[in-house]
Amino acid sequence: MDLELASRYIDFREECRSWLQANNPGQIASMDTPEGFEVHREWERVLFDGGWSVPGWPTACGGRDCDLIEWLIYEEEYWLSGVPGRVSANGVNLLAPTIFNFGTQEQQDYFLPKMASGEHIWAQGWSEPEAGSDLAAIKTKAIRDGDHYVLNGQKTWCSRGAFADWIFCIVRTDPEAERHAGLTYLLVPADAPGMERRPIGRLDGEPGFAELFFDNCRVSVDNVLGEEGQGWAVAMAAAGSERGLNLRSPGRFMAAVERLTALVRAMKEQDHDVDARLRDEVTDAWIKAQAYRWQTYQLAAGLMEGAEIGSEASLGKVFWSELDLELHATALRLLGDTGEVVDDNDWLDGYVFALSGPIYAGTNEIQRNIIAERVLGLPRR
Amino acid sequence: MKFAFTDEQDMFRDTVRDLFADLCPPEAVRASWDNEDGRVPGLWDALAEMGVLAVLAPEDAGGLGMDEVGLVRILEEAGYAGVPEPLMEHAAVAVPALAEAGSELIEAAIGGATRYSVALSGGGPNVLAAASVDALVAEDDGALVAVPADAFTVTGAESIDQSRRLARVELTGECADLGGADAALANDRAALGTAAQCIGVARRLLDATVEYVGERHQFGKPVGSYQAVKHHLANVRIGIEFSAPLVYRAAWSVAHPETHDPVTRGRDVSMAKSTASDAVDEACRAALQCHGAIGYTFEYDLQLWLKRGWALAATYGDARGHRDRVADALEI
Repeated sequence: MDLELASRYIDFREECRSWLQANNPGQIASMDTPEGFEVHREWERVLFDGGWSVPGWPTACGGRDCDLIEWLIYEEEYWLSGVPGRVSANGVNLLAPTIFNFGTQEQQDYFLPKMASGEHIWAQGWSEPEAGSDLAAIKTKAIRDGDHYVLNGQKTWCSRGAFADWIFCIVRTDPEAERHAGLTYLLVPADAPGMERRPIGRLDGEPGFAELFFDNCRVSVDNVLGEEGQGWAVAMAAAGSERGLNLRSPGRFMAAVERLTALVRAMKEQDHDVDARLRDEVTDAWIKAQAYRWQTYQLAAGLMEGAEIGSEASLGKVFWSELDLELHATALRLLGDTGEVVDDNDWLDGYVFALSGPIYAGTNEIQRNIIAERVLGLPRR
Repeated sequence: MKFAFTDEQDMFRDTVRDLFADLCPPEAVRASWDNEDGRVPGLWDALAEMGVLAVLAPEDAGGLGMDEVGLVRILEEAGYAGVPEPLMEHAAVAVPALAEAGSELIEAAIGGATRYSVALSGGGPNVLAAASVDALVAEDDGALVAVPADAFTVTGAESIDQSRRLARVELTGECADLGGADAALANDRAALGTAAQCIGVARRLLDATVEYVGERHQFGKPVGSYQAVKHHLANVRIGIEFSAPLVYRAAWSVAHPETHDPVTRGRDVSMAKSTASDAVDEACRAALQCHGAIGYTFEYDLQLWLKRGWALAATYGDARGHRDRVADALEI
């Protein structure tokens, strides 16, 4: 065991920190508004031009070939610096690993650089009205017609779907097959003829996600990722990334708990009473962020030696989503009767967003089933 | 940066685990509840022979010269096996204190001839195995001293975990000054060692319960197939997953004073003990609930680990007390 950072990592952290400081655009509009979406796309371009949009990717695809430790440091610095969030997160964190694993050379050459630069912002089209936790119940059909598929059906809860340029979907290419069989992973351009999208107001009122309607929508067969009929296996490779450290790295929560302790200190300086119970909650959140950090460094050490994350990713997903919720709830309790005021209230925004954590990327109930059955080996039925 | 144990540390852990499985099965733990001195026959000598008592003693004093990172995994196994001996007190606290004081008493300590417990401010008024040990490392007015058995008196206090033979001690005779050994460090080592044992107890409770709910049938299927039971045990697994790394991380802090000042070390140890205490508390509750009535009996072995878990969660500081110390370090 060696928990000291080698000097090259310390230099890397410094380089990362000074670049973010120098290029921080400050507060910009929410990415889930039409204008905010485009401002966030510009921020993606700034990151890309600086070489910081996808540091973990190979240099040939716009990255800087960072190892996992560097990537974790980058994430820590990213969130600590207070720069805007990533409108490209769904693509970069969830789709890109799948393209690297399953994409043809042509697909990799075409999609990855455009994703890295923010030219293509991606949304996820997996859930359907009747296929949420039970994802294998997907009904949207894609029937082969020459060199195209013809799509009919509906997707929903499609995050960033209102403004995204591309959607990565799972569709049923074999209508005779049931459940996990006969599914295909398909990349759908947002301007595909026959697709209509309807924004859905999220809990905060912004069009954070969308419904997609396919009415004889034609998509080229070149846009299949992996093999036709192998969609479930291809998708599950990304589900590991989604739940694991890719989507929500510890840096995000480490930064949030630093802001939380700063809030307590600021309140005390202004002679506000912080009762012992709230102080305990704040400390608990701070400790949990460190716990997630060190658990992740432990995972990273294994991954760098060739281990793979399987169902264990579900442990992290439950932990970070509940930590996020608890820490924001604690902040609102600290703010007391001013917590409901929306102006300049990042804690309230953060709380409303955190409420979605235990639901998206597989509800925490599903995650706990996975932990019980696949990590602990309890009987499925 | 590499958060992983060495092959050497893994192998040593495995060897000690096998020894515990061999010499300290549940029957031996249960027997220690009823026998005269609360001990497991033959275990102490075997630990001495294997070098477990000497892990933190430097090589030039005849020790293994390993550090806390290696030791916490041994103590985790001691918790898993329910070892009733004052192994943590001896190996994690007394031996390094004797080493840091440059005391010649260390030779008999690492050889096992002198069996130590510790009486520290962080451990409260009761001392584990006080009536059966040969000596104590005690905190006296903020300084550490070594106290032979004829220099203290004991007044027994019965623990709900009857393998934990507790007593209040009073220092009555001549003590050896351990100048050079640091009482605050000793308290941190004890909290860290207890945290490691908590993780082991939690793992044991989880394993026992996973096995039980897989076998126990109701309504024609294993109770472990019901989602309510699954979610209890998933929570226990999550608690262990996110507390064990803090124990290892704190062991690193204690082992590296050159880069970790006492405040940082104390903060890291308190993070470990608070989360480990919470993890084992949750494991105790879930294990009992998922076992149902059988877990509530004196006859069934689960109670051995339930009671150990309750005791260790509160010993050397409970979760809330340690979070308070983290809060102080954070200046909130």
